[in-house]
Amino acid sequence: MSDTQTQIPVTVLTGYLGSGKTTLLNRILSENHGKRYAVIVNEFGEIGIDNDLIVESDEEIYEMNNGCVCCTVRGDLIRVVEGLMRRPGRFDAIVVETTGLADPVPVAQTFFMDEDVRSKTKLDAVVALVDAKHLPLRLKDSKEAEDQIAFADVVVLNKTDLVTDDELRDVEATVRAINPAAKIHRTQRSGVDLREVLDRGAFDLTRALENDPHFLDAHDDHDHDHECGPDCDHDHHHHHHHDHDHHGHDHHDHAHPSAIHDVTVQSVSLRGGEMDSRKFFPWIEKITQMEGPNILRLKGIIAFKDDPDRYVVQGVHMILEGDHQRAWKDGEKRESRLVFIGRELDAERLKKSFDACQAVTAN
Amino acid sequence: MPTVAPLDLDGHCLAAVFLNNVPHFALADGAVHRLDHGHKTVEANDGLLATFHDAVNDRLITGGEDGKVFAVKSEGVVEQLADAGKKWITSVSAGPQGAVAYASGKIAYVRFSDRKLKEFVHPRSVEGIAFAPKGMRIGVARYNGATLHFPAADGKPTELEWAGAHTGIAFSPDGNFLVTTMQENALHGWKLADGKHMRMSGYPAKVKSLSWSAKGKWLASSGAPAAIVWPFQAKDGPMGKAPLELGTRGNSMVTCVACHPSQDVVAIGYEDGMVIAARFTDAKEVLLRRPGKGAITSMMWDREERRIVFGSAAGDCGVIDITA
Repeated sequence: MSDTQTQIPVTVLTGYLGSGKTTLLNRILSENHGKRYAVIVNEFGEIGIDNDLIVESDEEIYEMNNGCVCCTVRGDLIRVVEGLMRRPGRFDAIVVETTGLADPVPVAQTFFMDEDVRSKTKLDAVVALVDAKHLPLRLKDSKEAEDQIAFADVVVLNKTDLVTDDELRDVEATVRAINPAAKIHRTQRSGVDLREVLDRGAFDLTRALENDPHFLDAHDDHDHDHECGPDCDHDHHHHHHHDHDHHGHDHHDHAHPSAIHDVTVQSVSLRGGEMDSRKFFPWIEKITQMEGPNILRLKGIIAFKDDPDRYVVQGVHMILEGDHQRAWKDGEKRESRLVFIGRELDAERLKKSFDACQAVTAN
Repeated sequence: MPTVAPLDLDGHCLAAVFLNNVPHFALADGAVHRLDHGHKTVEANDGLLATFHDAVNDRLITGGEDGKVFAVKSEGVVEQLADAGKKWITSVSAGPQGAVAYASGKIAYVRFSDRKLKEFVHPRSVEGIAFAPKGMRIGVARYNGATLHFPAADGKPTELEWAGAHTGIAFSPDGNFLVTTMQENALHGWKLADGKHMRMSGYPAKVKSLSWSAKGKWLASSGAPAAIVWPFQAKDGPMGKAPLELGTRGNSMVTCVACHPSQDVVAIGYEDGMVIAARFTDAKEVLLRRPGKGAITSMMWDREERRIVFGSAAGDCGVIDITA
């Protein structure tokens, strides 16, 4: 991870047709923010801005020849990024706009798995645009809509003017249920502050979990309204096993439902005290090896016993990255938090095995 | 002792070639510089992406961000050969009878010397394109293999399958073998007579530079801390044989190789800008250029076998005179 200064940040925009992606892209290209963007799109289509650095590219998903089904990259991005980076002086950052149905995972993995791309660029954040009005329908008819939300660092909940307050709460609860770690912005006409979308450093281990005070806190009391919505206690059949209670918070202990019944992604939030690094690392490596195909994202802050620094981890499928971030502050609670977002995750087993990695303490 | 005549340019050099024995340097911005009684420049593409040196016609074929294909000849002569629209040109090549091939997205185009154009649409992107040395035949590198077309005739293409992403392609000079570079750190080859596979792996990095030695007896490649040189003298190519490893260094990767026109010698360019020459028979090395600012991206020997023109990713280009 050297050469951080010269690595160009890349923002990935996902979202269904009609979710407002093009509107947001046009804003990024035209607003006066002092930065120049190269944009990679699947079709020139509706971008109304004249810009030499809009590159059309055919989505090319490559499976890597290593026997791992989730190890996919976007071959077209490798080529386009290589071409763009031969003349790096022309732009400050890159935006990748995906098609409505695109799987965000190969896009993101390209920036970790291809050495050439990785040495020159860094994934900044995955931003999902969600049409508040049509999300329930989208979730019914496609897995991709759910994947896009599950995979996002930032969710722009757009077209809020087209729904009632109750509908909006339900939709936001659904987004939260799919992805408790994402930052959600409610907007109309893609009117989100661009600073909330660009230059987020969401994959930067030294920044990722720092600039978002709500990271992993989605299940704390103060967020409760946002997260479950008014239909929290209805009779649900999709169980999202959120285990966050072994600290003895006086707090609900049920599985979190989505207000909308077409969600297959679940998240598992784990909390613990100080960890034993000799137990934690083998555990997380084994989990990502074995459960990798089911894990869309994982993020965590770990407190290791006898270690003055916070340790941060993040992962995409079987790709796992971790590093020391900064010293624990005085008075800061030394606890470990980890969120898995994925499918068919065994929450009980994850919780038990995570707890088993805790350091044995005197008290 | 070899001497280096440097030419410091501003930008990534994609191709360093001799045209009419004059050193030419094609940069990523589309400008083609040359050392022809002084430093001169001519503009071709608005953004250069792909080049091919057409030795028979002594010209450089270029394709770029502007969707155009040019032929650059000596003395600053630039001819536009094609305009494929707004999409990038990702690969170019030249073949017999003045034919030129280029790729954009999923389409491979062949332009004959009479300007007639033929299109070949593929289900996936065309990643690389090359002409066979004899006959009017092109090979296309694609996901999960390669496709051979006969542009002068109608008929079904020949499909060569091998799982994985094939990113570049080259025929052997005798036309008996087809070799592709891959997204993974390997080369793949087919013996065209019987379709037999050749898997050439073990590279620590992607292979981006290939060069056939005189008469196609050896294939030199980048992608390792040494030039990896595969023996192709036997009728089954390198199968069951170990490659030569020439110019091994502990601290820098080979990024470019260029075989000598007649002898079993290869010029080896490294990530740090160093250039050496190494002999196949005894692995003897000669330093030709000390490390510079950027990785060596392109090299070519001149007709007299006396000079090597080289380009780098940082623009510090030049000409090495090995006899001086």
